Amino acid sequence: MRKDQLKPWLYLLPSLIFLGIFMVYPLFDVFVYSFEEGYNSASQTSTGIGWFNYSYVLHDPFFLQALKNTFIIVIITVPVSTGVALLISLGLNSIKKLKDLFQTIFFLPYVTNTLAVGLVFMIMFKKTPYTDGFVNLILSAFGVSPIDFIEGPYWAKIFVMCFYTIWIVMPFKILILTSALASVDETYYKAARVDGTSKLRIFTSITLPMISPMIFYLVITGFIGAFKAYSDEVAVFGTDLNAAGMNTIVGYVYDMLYGDSGGYPSYASAAALILFSIVLTITVINLLISKKTSFK
Amino acid sequence: MIILFLYGEYNIISGYDNYTLFYLLIRGYIRRGIILIYFRHVSIPWEVCRMKIRLEHLTKRFPNRNKKIKEDVIAVSDFTFEIPDGQLIGLLGPSGCGKSTALNLICGLETPTEGKIFFDEEDVTELPPEKRGVGMVFQSYALYPHLTVRKNIMFPLQNLKGDQKLTKEQMEEKVLEAAKTVQIEELLDRRPNEMSGGQQQRVAIARALVKVPRVLLLDEPLSNLDARLRIQTREEIRRIQTATKVTTIFVTHDQEEAMSISDMIVVMKDGVVHQIGKPQDVYDDPVDLFVAKFLGTPPINVLEGEIKDGRLIAGNDTLLSIKSSENRKVYIGIRPEGFIPEKDGPMKCTMKAVEVMGRDTSVVSEHEASVDNTPLRSIVSADLGIDPKAEEIRYRLNPRKVLIFDYESGERIRVEAEA
Repeated sequence: MRKDQLKPWLYLLPSLIFLGIFMVYPLFDVFVYSFEEGYNSASQTSTGIGWFNYSYVLHDPFFLQALKNTFIIVIITVPVSTGVALLISLGLNSIKKLKDLFQTIFFLPYVTNTLAVGLVFMIMFKKTPYTDGFVNLILSAFGVSPIDFIEGPYWAKIFVMCFYTIWIVMPFKILILTSALASVDETYYKAARVDGTSKLRIFTSITLPMISPMIFYLVITGFIGAFKAYSDEVAVFGTDLNAAGMNTIVGYVYDMLYGDSGGYPSYASAAALILFSIVLTITVINLLISKKTSFK
Repeated sequence: MIILFLYGEYNIISGYDNYTLFYLLIRGYIRRGIILIYFRHVSIPWEVCRMKIRLEHLTKRFPNRNKKIKEDVIAVSDFTFEIPDGQLIGLLGPSGCGKSTALNLICGLETPTEGKIFFDEEDVTELPPEKRGVGMVFQSYALYPHLTVRKNIMFPLQNLKGDQKLTKEQMEEKVLEAAKTVQIEELLDRRPNEMSGGQQQRVAIARALVKVPRVLLLDEPLSNLDARLRIQTREEIRRIQTATKVTTIFVTHDQEEAMSISDMIVVMKDGVVHQIGKPQDVYDDPVDLFVAKFLGTPPINVLEGEIKDGRLIAGNDTLLSIKSSENRKVYIGIRPEGFIPEKDGPMKCTMKAVEVMGRDTSVVSEHEASVDNTPLRSIVSADLGIDPKAEEIRYRLNPRKVLIFDYESGERIRVEAEA
């Protein structure tokens, strides 16, 4: 190594050490765990190496349920939250009065504790012996019979879950998109006005391409975040997600490690690696699409 | 009498155009029958498309950014002048003098607080930009970075609606035509960020020209280019303007730029027009001290002085004899080329330095009456062989290059020098 190359590596060393200890080594460890069959955490011994853990996980109905839930949440919440956030940011960007106030209001959910929001959702949706919940109260005004959102049918639970997730992730997206919209140079709009461009065309041909890098950033991080969802589910449905049928992949991993049926690091590792490969695939696809369509 | 308003090219039946028709109507020549009045924006080829622009008491006020100050900021104050058709006009002034606002008003991006704008006889004050038929080139070019040059130039054409709508082939043809005018036809498939500043500038001009505007507006067109490219591009702008003959207004703070290519310059300061005229006329015959100071490199030398008993006096020197009986305090402006070194000339200066520029020599000297003790700068022929080591240099002045201004108002005092 040449002398002038030593310095940069020296500066990188602290972060490399931390990344190595807390990221690379665990990843490697998880990889090893996932192939060790019959691993016993007490004696730290295994009966052999193979694909059994994966096969077990993929045949576990709880995992399949978690996989289904996760995919539904991802597919619904990412596009909806990004789209709605874009609409709200466009609105925020076009108003002049009270802009800061509204921006603050829309950002509030981001600084609110997940569990506190969960509590509010409980009050809104949960059916107790005393009340049917706020939402049911409204629904009954329209003559709809009360629905048990928390312990009732699957679609109702998924609805609450998606609603909750969108609510939680929206503020960050609004924040990013309003700043992206504000950073588009005003002269592009002036030039478009001189040419008599319609509002719709200004949006589709100028605004959207200009902020597309930010939208792709939000979609990619949104996908990753939604795949890793867990605490939101706990906030709404409590810790026993398998019983509620609302578990997610990360929740499954957690249960395998620490839950009632815990103590299965091998299964947990296998599930974690399956999640990892899914997220990696989707992110790579996302990046490829964004490279093709984005102009930067 | 029935009047019908129709949509079409022109009055096919009567053969009169709408102006004539209105004239006949108002004059009462038509009393009976059905009158058909046709409406349509007619796109005219470049040759016919020279627009006179007339501004009448054009004023633009903005509310003060500092909210504590109630008074509005006047960006453009009472503009009344006419821009002849088919010419290249330079709107010139220091930064923040409202020249860009004036351009935006003509373009339609801003609405005036008061006053009117006419393109020929048509009042366009209330019209949005796209209905005025203007092309605008922005300081930053505002080329859409995600589109190729071809699509950038095509962008305005794709906005056309109704029966102005063009087919893809027509668009391609017009894009190519505009690209040829600015000589960028081989760059059509590039993206803006793959081109030099000068090339981007041309694309921006092509985009402004593609709809065949009646008026072309350029906002600080050269400020983003380096020195060499700037001279090249300003000649390019002149060439394009001469070729298309479209009335062109460009804004600049660089007097050299404005003087070199404009048919006419409009000098303004703090929202007020100071002088309008041909560059050489404005240079030779400025109306006030501001205009005199603003034009010319090196700038005019300004001295404090007075007119006393028919003599123009600065410090202890009598510079010129003039035909004026009134005694008053004045500013004396002397153009750098107005100094003629002479052994026993009336103006005595202390020699500071001699800067050799090849063809000419720039002599830096000091005079007691110079405003703020700014050194005087004169341009003299290199053949004179000025001795840089001399302590004193004496000048005779060319009376045509000596301009006298009122001490209070800065307005020009026109007096004749005696031989």
